[in-house]
Amino acid sequence: MTTMVRWHDLTFTYEGAPEPTLRGVDLEVAESELVLVAGRTGTGKSTLLRTVNGLVPRFTGGLLEGDVLVGGRSVRDHTTRELAHLVGYVGQDPLRTFVTDTVEEELAYGMEQLGLEPQTMRRRVEEVLDLLGIADLRHRALRTLSGGQQQRVAIGSVLTMHPRLLVLDEPTSALDPTAAEDVLGTLARLVEDLGLTVLMAEHRMERVIPFADRLLVVQDGEVTAGPTREMLLTSPVAPPVVELGRLAGWAPLPVTVRDARRRSRALAEALGSPPAAVRPPAGRPLLRADGVTVRYGRTVAVREVSVSVGAGTVVGVMGRNGSGKSSLLWALQGTGRRDAGTVEVLGEDPGGATPARARSLVGLVPQTAADLLYLESVDEECRAADRQSEAPDGTCRDLLDRLAPGIDGDHHPRDLSEGQQLALVLALVLTARPRVVALDEPTRGLDYEAKEMLGRIVRQLVAEGRGVLVASHDVEFVARVADEVVVMAGGEVVSAGPVDRVLAESPAFAPQMSKILGPGWLTVDQVREVLV
Amino acid sequence: MLLVLLTLVACLTVVARRSDAPWALSFRLYLVVALVVVVLRVVFRVLLGGQYGDTVLLDLPEIPLPDFAAGITLLGPVTSESLLFGLYDGMRLGALLVCVGAANSLANPKRLLASLPPALYEVGTAVVIALSLFPQLAESVQRVRRARRLRGDPGRGIGALRRIVVPVLEDALERSLALAASMDARGYGRSGNLSAPWRRVTGTLLVAGLVGLCVGSYAFLDSTAPQVLAWPMLVGGVVLAVAGFVTAGRRVTRTRYRPDRWRPAELLTAGTGIAVAVLATVALRQRPDVAYTDPATWPALSGLALVAVLLGVVPAFATPLPADQARTDAADEPAAREEVAA
Repeated sequence: MTTMVRWHDLTFTYEGAPEPTLRGVDLEVAESELVLVAGRTGTGKSTLLRTVNGLVPRFTGGLLEGDVLVGGRSVRDHTTRELAHLVGYVGQDPLRTFVTDTVEEELAYGMEQLGLEPQTMRRRVEEVLDLLGIADLRHRALRTLSGGQQQRVAIGSVLTMHPRLLVLDEPTSALDPTAAEDVLGTLARLVEDLGLTVLMAEHRMERVIPFADRLLVVQDGEVTAGPTREMLLTSPVAPPVVELGRLAGWAPLPVTVRDARRRSRALAEALGSPPAAVRPPAGRPLLRADGVTVRYGRTVAVREVSVSVGAGTVVGVMGRNGSGKSSLLWALQGTGRRDAGTVEVLGEDPGGATPARARSLVGLVPQTAADLLYLESVDEECRAADRQSEAPDGTCRDLLDRLAPGIDGDHHPRDLSEGQQLALVLALVLTARPRVVALDEPTRGLDYEAKEMLGRIVRQLVAEGRGVLVASHDVEFVARVADEVVVMAGGEVVSAGPVDRVLAESPAFAPQMSKILGPGWLTVDQVREVLV
Repeated sequence: MLLVLLTLVACLTVVARRSDAPWALSFRLYLVVALVVVVLRVVFRVLLGGQYGDTVLLDLPEIPLPDFAAGITLLGPVTSESLLFGLYDGMRLGALLVCVGAANSLANPKRLLASLPPALYEVGTAVVIALSLFPQLAESVQRVRRARRLRGDPGRGIGALRRIVVPVLEDALERSLALAASMDARGYGRSGNLSAPWRRVTGTLLVAGLVGLCVGSYAFLDSTAPQVLAWPMLVGGVVLAVAGFVTAGRRVTRTRYRPDRWRPAELLTAGTGIAVAVLATVALRQRPDVAYTDPATWPALSGLALVAVLLGVVPAFATPLPADQARTDAADEPAAREEVAA
């Protein structure tokens, strides 16, 4: 077997960083291998992937020691563009990487740069359109595609160049469960059919694990590699199915839902019937919305949606990308558009109130939370928030310390990790003491541990008598925190009710535990509690 | 009169064939700017007198200015002649702006790039990406402004501006870096194998061509320069530059997927553009008073000029509608040509 990628004693340090991000990486990836890269957010997964075609350090700066050989060529002697025909690189946000406007042109772009014959280009474009099942999209403008379609086009646009190695950096992190399945299914087929070498970081590991030959775990700058199952036993990040396996002491460890289901009979019997959902006493409704409609031009983003959020409850809003979740949250907060319907928080309409009043009724953490940050340091942001909400000095800092202890006040907000940034923005929003808190897609970019922290924060908020709305397509997260769920499609509510019932109803939205142990079981924690 | 018509034609074309792509949203901005230009022109006419003509509309007192500002008069009597002159002047500029705006909002800059000679491709890409940054910036500004209200921001003054600008610029920078990385990873700017001497030849040819063009056009425009320099230098410069482009183009190994072909719609559009230009030039030669209206009389209009301008409407209806794939830029050429004619 020939070697495709060889990291040769690689150490990489970002400029100004006290510690190297990667230390002494000495690994090989053989041809036609599928290697999954796992690790917590911010440990250097992306950095490792980007050293393969020289994007690190050429686009980031920093000091690279050692060497990386790709197909026998050193990244020291070859620039990224000279490796373009060998390595196809696909990032997290496809829309930001598109160079042209339409699907067909995007697929051809790379080949144009390689200087291929027009006949070859036509043939390869057709092949890739068929391979990825996007032939009917060929003339569509890239901006108008859904997230899953965009990601498949992004993969196609590097496949047309016939690379020998495909590098994917969290290709499904921005996608809803159905779209993510689509993309990962496509990738699995490519590996089977084309025998490509694939190197990918992916947090929905369970979909990829069955195809993965090896797992690379990045932890504290060290990279270790080994067969998937062995590595999963100790990996710092693991999908719920693996956690269940570890908990039940199954060996060999199940890596797919199917594996686990076959093994689960004994466990299911031992566990007995699922714990009755602990319903919080139905608090008085804090927020009541009726017939909310939002239109943008001719498109109706939200159509006559009614929701109510009680004190002490978490309502999850789920649905595909573009199903109107964000528009609904913005409309409820009062800052966004609302073309029809009524919203009432404690007898007041946040849409008619002044911005200052509206944010003390409903606090919203938007999808791109960093939009709210603009000052030089964490402390400055906190002081500004105290001033803006006329809260006593130190309110925001106290909140922040409770949400995420130990953030240095002198740090620049942009240098914080995604989870810390989210905590900071949440603290800024909470300084105004809103009765209802709305979180738009808060788990984006968070790893399992950060999500757990966020889950605790959310439960803490409702324990204080607030109502919480969470828009998310992260099934496992919603299963963990929500009491009620509203599922939206095309701007309408298609199903609503208690979390265990709604999530069990739909296969696309069922969390792994219900798939393995049957309806009623939502999280590993439930199982752990019963076993203990 | 003609200018008003021209503006209308441009507007009609835009309305009929505009797509919803980001670059198409800027037309309204151009209209506003054009209007501001016209108004400013007239206001300045009133403010900075220097009036002529004798139909006094409004007799304003002239404000005496100190000696160092001799030659400049403030206010003073307002005459209809100078007012109209200002109006026509402003309208000329305004119409030019509207035409440029029309071309801008109909043409897809990326397709324009595809038609550049290979040697200019890399420079062209940089320009196109810079252009496409503006609509993205507008989008970010909207998003950040909305988010800022969630913080209960007072939202006024220099501080507020900074609060918008910082996140927006960071966003723009991140986007540009992501795009650049993606282009690089896909082989943008790979150079072919060209030997060093050839590269030197290319460089020399391009520089010599440019110098020739400069000297030639200077001599051509400046009648006092020796005329020997004019035409020969101009032609020589063009030849050298073209040779330079051809050799530079050989360095680029890029090929084109489905190059744009000249189909009936494109031919028709370009054809009407040329026809408008030719007809308008002829019409204005015959009746110069149509173009340079005497402020004292009612604007004149000749039949030929009218036909010429109205011809510009044809592409608005003869070209295919922008479908999803937005093949829209065919309609921009008459607008550009009309502008020349104006």
